[in-house]
Amino acid sequence: MSVAAAATVKLYVPGDASALSVGADAVAAAIVMQAANRDIAIQLVRNGTRGMSWLEPLVEVETAAGRVAYGPVEEADVAELFAAGLLQGGSDHPLYLGSTAAIPFFKAQQRLTFARCGLIDPLSLDDYQHHEGFAGLTRALNMSQQQIVDEVKTSGLRGRGGAAFPTGIKWQTVLDVAGKKSQQKYIVCNADEGDSGTFADRMLMEGDPFTLIEGMIIAGLGVDATQGYIYLRSEYPHAQRILQAAIDKAYAAGYLGSNICGSDKCFELELRMGAGAYICGEETSMLESLEGKRGMVRFKPPLPALEGLFGQPTVVNNVISLATVPVIFSKGADHYKNFGQGKSRGTLTIQLAGNVKHGGLLELAFGVSLCELLEKYAAGTCTGKPVRSVQVGGPLGAYLPASQWHTPLDYEAFAAIGAMLGHGGVVVFDDSVDMAQQAQFAMQFCAIESCGKCTPCRIGAVRGAETLAKIRRNEDREANLILLEDLCDTMTEGSLCALGGLTPNPVRSALHHFPQDFGGDAAQVGGTPHA
Amino acid sequence: MTMSQTRATHDVDLQQTIQQLIQQHCEQPGALLPLLLDVQAQLGFVAPEWVATIADGLNLSRAEVHGVISFYHHIKTTAPARHHVQICRAEACQSMGARQLETLAQQRLGIDFNEISADGEVELEPVYCLGNCACAPSVTVDGVLHGRVSEQKLAGLFDIIAAGSER
Repeated sequence: MSVAAAATVKLYVPGDASALSVGADAVAAAIVMQAANRDIAIQLVRNGTRGMSWLEPLVEVETAAGRVAYGPVEEADVAELFAAGLLQGGSDHPLYLGSTAAIPFFKAQQRLTFARCGLIDPLSLDDYQHHEGFAGLTRALNMSQQQIVDEVKTSGLRGRGGAAFPTGIKWQTVLDVAGKKSQQKYIVCNADEGDSGTFADRMLMEGDPFTLIEGMIIAGLGVDATQGYIYLRSEYPHAQRILQAAIDKAYAAGYLGSNICGSDKCFELELRMGAGAYICGEETSMLESLEGKRGMVRFKPPLPALEGLFGQPTVVNNVISLATVPVIFSKGADHYKNFGQGKSRGTLTIQLAGNVKHGGLLELAFGVSLCELLEKYAAGTCTGKPVRSVQVGGPLGAYLPASQWHTPLDYEAFAAIGAMLGHGGVVVFDDSVDMAQQAQFAMQFCAIESCGKCTPCRIGAVRGAETLAKIRRNEDREANLILLEDLCDTMTEGSLCALGGLTPNPVRSALHHFPQDFGGDAAQVGGTPHA
Repeated sequence: MTMSQTRATHDVDLQQTIQQLIQQHCEQPGALLPLLLDVQAQLGFVAPEWVATIADGLNLSRAEVHGVISFYHHIKTTAPARHHVQICRAEACQSMGARQLETLAQQRLGIDFNEISADGEVELEPVYCLGNCACAPSVTVDGVLHGRVSEQKLAGLFDIIAAGSER
């Protein structure tokens, strides 16, 4: 007989794709085995990630004093951890980290959108409800459509996908489309998170999927849309499994379908997969793809808000934008608005990635500087070499040199230096990086992923990669540098969408800030830095 | 895919599978992409000779179906190798040594990206971001994501593939 009345110990091992990629399943299995060998009852929760990726797999145990963390744990460490008193939160082990909430990287954050991520079992509706889940929806169900849209406007929320368009104004446009009763409106969630250095959407969908579903339902109620789609990239099969399971549970519990929480209101939600096309993260291309077509970019106007999916009024929002809606409704727009600065209200989910000692996801009010991120949070590079360049905002974002790292993370401050925050991805490179190679890669990537509809992007990217190859070979350098500048102008001014239009960002910033990598000095490379 | 089956039976089975999938999807708005992904999930790829059936089933032109198949990187038109290896080539992984992993993989298999090794066992594919950028560099082997992949770890993954293939 096992020891009577011993309370079941609750342990957490993340089931997030990132944790799995570094062995979380093996760690979980080892924990179950060790507990069984010792005849101890445990409850093992596969939570989302806390966002401290360098500590993954991060094992947590619930104690009277809160959750205690150990990491990064390998399978081979588990027996030793048990011997060191893991189940009591014992501190006598090198992997002991103390209280999870007190880890400086985590403690300094302002978690609103990601408040539940890593805390709860992602697929437990009970857990979700116990952590204020569906409180926002309950409130929205008692509001008029205009009140719902006004609440989002008041919050100051701007699209977190990169373009930073005010979400409330987009919703208002869709709400205002003079409605024939039969007119179908849509909510489309853009989960085609293709930018390198970004993973916030994935972490949220895997760690707290009901938040996204709740946000989409509220959006549907607000603009009178009864059908929603999540367009998820095919590179995220793990997120697909979790999201689909969450959607099924939300249907079974009456949060989705024709009678939301007994209110007679309706919202249907379907998960659709992409098929490996970066361009489908562009909203009109994504709509084409959802219609079952080639992901070719559309001309704008008409705006998707007026003529979007299947030609109908459509709200297209990023995962993080929609997943932020529930907290705006549960805590109030004013509460949300009090975070941030200037026109950048609320919090930004920053993804620290690449060559960093401490990488992962941070949710902070707008305004933190890159310097602070690199020093306080990233704690330097993983390789231990000095940081040379930081790319912010994905593959279309500028490469920033040390002289620009004081810039606060704020949409306007970044625009002022010719850079962009995008989806909040920060990729760090040490001093071994060849910036000319990075510039050439930017053009190559654009050539591979161009939808081919407009010439500046389709041909310009190919010619750009060729021209950069010539410059790197020192072939007719000066003439080719002039040609490259000209090509960048054409792409910037003449491309139909952001892919061709923004590819010159990484190219020019690399060229202007790191001219020595292109075989010349600053004066030779010349040109005025683009602003 | 077993080669022992007679070609004729095989074709009938294929057509039946495709027809069943068409039935499942034909009422769905924008059905073509979900249908193609399901065909690929069940049959491994979407062969050019199935285009007419799919076009017919969804009341589309063959050109429309071909256009969609050729647009998306993940839709394959030839039978896959037994093992599928993806190496992330995007910036975050570059900053952590992905280019060395590319070289290692290409030398080990003796092929370039988007090719199948001479023994027909392994296909090597580039991928542009797997969303694991804080545990870079990343690769996938047969759909399983691996993070913090050193050259040694990648060599180990290839050893496991080779050991499995010999059996």
